[in-house]
Order: sequence, then C-alpha cells, then structure tokens
Amino acid sequence: MVAKVVTVSSGKGGVGKTTATANMAAALAAGGQKVVCIDGDIGLRNLDVVMGLENRIVYDIVDVVEGRCRLRQAMIRDKRLPELYLIPAAQTRDKNAVSPSDMVRLCDDLRTDSDWILIDSPAGIERGFRNAIAPADIVVVITNPEVSAVRDADRVIGLVEAEEKGPARLIINRIKPEMVRRGEMLTTEDVLELLAIDLLGIVPEDERVVVSTNRGTPIVLDGKSLAGQAFRNIARRLQGDSVPFLELDNQGGLLGRIKGLFRPGGD
Amino acid sequence: MRPKVEIKGIREGLLVTLGEGEWPELQSTLVENIQHRVDFFRGARVALDVGNQILHAVELSRLRDMLSEQGIALWAVLSNSPTTEQTAQTLGLATRLFKPHPERPAPSVDTTLDGEAAILVRRTLRSGIKLQHPGHVIVIGDVNPGAEIVAGGDVVVWGRLRGTVHAGAEGNLQSVVCALDLSPTQLRIAGNIAITPQRRGKPLPEIARWVDGHVIAETWNPGK
Repeated sequence: MVAKVVTVSSGKGGVGKTTATANMAAALAAGGQKVVCIDGDIGLRNLDVVMGLENRIVYDIVDVVEGRCRLRQAMIRDKRLPELYLIPAAQTRDKNAVSPSDMVRLCDDLRTDSDWILIDSPAGIERGFRNAIAPADIVVVITNPEVSAVRDADRVIGLVEAEEKGPARLIINRIKPEMVRRGEMLTTEDVLELLAIDLLGIVPEDERVVVSTNRGTPIVLDGKSLAGQAFRNIARRLQGDSVPFLELDNQGGLLGRIKGLFRPGGD
Repeated sequence: MRPKVEIKGIREGLLVTLGEGEWPELQSTLVENIQHRVDFFRGARVALDVGNQILHAVELSRLRDMLSEQGIALWAVLSNSPTTEQTAQTLGLATRLFKPHPERPAPSVDTTLDGEAAILVRRTLRSGIKLQHPGHVIVIGDVNPGAEIVAGGDVVVWGRLRGTVHAGAEGNLQSVVCALDLSPTQLRIAGNIAITPQRRGKPLPEIARWVDGHVIAETWNPGK
C-alpha cells in the first residue's frame, strides 16, 4: 500500500474542514480502505471530538514528533470502523511544536501501511497551514457559498499553487438550495467561475450534521442524510470514480442543473 | 573557497547579499552564518539578495521555512533573474526594497517606457498576489478580487479584471487599463482613483483612461 495524503484546507474558519475530514475519512474507511486522520490544528484540536474519540487520547502528534512515543501508540482506532485511525493534535502546545519537515517524515512513515492519510488543516495561512500542506499529494479546499469564504479559498488555492502542490480540488459546503433558488446565495457556478478549479463535491446544508458532530458519529453513516450522501460521493470521487453531483434543486431538474454548471459566464 | 555572505542593516531590517556559488552551498553557508549569531538574527526581517541565482518555489519556500524556524522573517528576495523574481512574487515575497515612487524624479513618458518594457503573465492572479512592474503589465487569465497589479505603464487583462489595478503608478496620466471584463474593485490611473459601478448584463471588453479630469471606461465597439 502507498497512501495518498489529502490535506483539507480553507483559509477561513468555520466552513467545515473538520466535519469534511471526519466524514471523508469515515466514508473511505466504510468502503474498506485503511485511513489515518491527522489533526493539524495543534492547540485547538477538535477532530477527535467530531470523530467521537476524545476520551481515548493518550499520546498525540507532538509526542510522536518529540519521540515520547512510537507512531503506533498515538494512532487511535475508531469505535465503529476498524480500518479508521486518528492521530490527535496536542491541546497544550502551539503550531510551532511541529515543522513542515516533521509532517513530511510522519506521513512517509505512515504511507507504506495505509491507503489514505487525511490531514485536517487549521484555519489561517500561517505555520499550521504550511505544516498541513507540506506532505500533501492532493489539497482539498473547502468553502461556503459566501463571498468572504470564497475570497479566502482563492488565496489558499494561490498559495497551494505557489508551493507546487498541483491544482487543488474544491468542495462547496452548506449550500441552501432554497436560497440559491431565490437568488439570495452564491450559486455553484458563481463560485466555480471565480475559483476555476476542479469541483470535488457539493454538500447541502443539513441540520443533522450538527447533531452528528456533537455526538461524534459521522453523518456518512446516516443513510437518510443528503449531506452524508454528498460526503460518500466525495469519497468515491477521491478514489477516481465518476459520480454525478447530487440533485439539490428539485424544480430545475437534473438537465437544468448540468446546463447551469457548464453555462459560460453565468449571468 | 567558501561562498561569501554579506550582512548589512537597512531601514527595512537586514539585507543579506549572497556571493556567487552553487545554491546548496550558499544556503548552508547562510544557515551557518545565522546559527553563529542566533541572537543577532532572532526576530529579524530579512531581505535576501541572491544575485543571478535561478530559484524555484521548492527551494525558496524551503529556505523560508528554515529561516522561520530560526525566528527570522524573510520578506523580500532581490534577484537579477526574472524566474526567481516571479517565484518570490508567487510566494508573496517582495522583490524590491523601495517603492519606485519617492526615489525617482517624475520621469517623462519617453524615458520610463523606453523600449516599452512589459511583463506578460499567463495565469490567474488569485487573492493575495501583488504584481508590480515599472513597465506595462499584460495578463492572460483572470485577476481575482484581493489581487493587485501596480504598473508604471498600461495594464491589459485578457480575462476578468476584478482585483485592484493601478496603471501609470509613477504618475503617467496617459496610461490605460483594458480588460475583457473590466470590473475591478478599484482602478487607479496615476494618482486618480475610480470605483467601478455595479455591472448589469453581459460584460464587454472595455478600456479605461483619463480624460478631462475623469477616469472613464469605454466599451470596445467592433463596428466603429
């Protein structure tokens, strides 16, 4: 096995990086892949909470880097999915406790023994962000259909390009089809026109996501949730499958939506 | 012989000039120099003059990381190589120490634009990128909101211009800005600032210029 390292980033905080990381990881693991998640947000960790593994933390990433434990000891196995692991961030240190080269070394050690390594990047574009993207093979940029989030995503995409990490892939999170229909929210086309990168997925707003992150149960394990379906599709696209985008607008019909996606310029 | 490293205090912090030599060797000499004088360098803002070295993003970002681990902020990279300059710019580093403004006496049009020097950029300028050039600037691609172009001469954008653009930055009122979709956040010609009105309908190619005390934008009309 040679794992692919996927870093989830956004620039702006609160757009859903951690939720997306946890759910992509769970979806990949549910499909039989061996997945290791790394929380890159040292000092403000919460991937462990979203994954429901907080109470099992003994060692963290800083312990590994500073040699207080072996890599295996810091890998927490998920309760439900035996092929899903988490390396938590330290809560008592800051981003400077780890360097970009530490992250590259850590991922190189993990690569031979897993299929996917998912890194949850902190908000911002400083040290923590540079740590998170240093080992990345694929950078996934996540944004909301809001002008400020899109602006930050654009900046992050530029930085990823400058670091020669290849073209980033985009997830648009928390789309409200009702508001888009009323013309009160940026549409998928508006966002794509500006960012001009490959779209990996569109995730609709879903109240059940809040419940799932609070409980530490990934929404992808909820068969009825549309957001869960969106994340399952994203995981399949990451693996190279071609999956059509979710039908979010019931009135426009599938054809209308596809036409909308490819209409040059929009209006 | 060890390559030479020269360190000088300037108004903006420290200016480190590297001599001739192979890059790996120069880099290790620089790091040694810094480790010798950790306290002197700690918290410093450093501008690095790399001479004719051709550096790519991997080398430059690695150096920046190494310096930041020593608590040194690399803010500018000066170079005679256009490749290195462009690398530095994409990494968000400055490529000159002074703004061109105060240093030069307001030159006449003919002398600044001698030979009509221009820089051609064939990619999208994303938020956070600042492109500065004493001559003309031509972009094939979009200029997104949050990106900034400052040109001594004209600016031509074959794409959507939505960032901030400053033509004739050294005072040339004859400078123009044109774009296929001219909707910048802010447009300046010499010292004059204009804010683009909200566009309605389909964008058409436009050219903005200074006419009788106003910045005006005209649509390109193929029929004329």
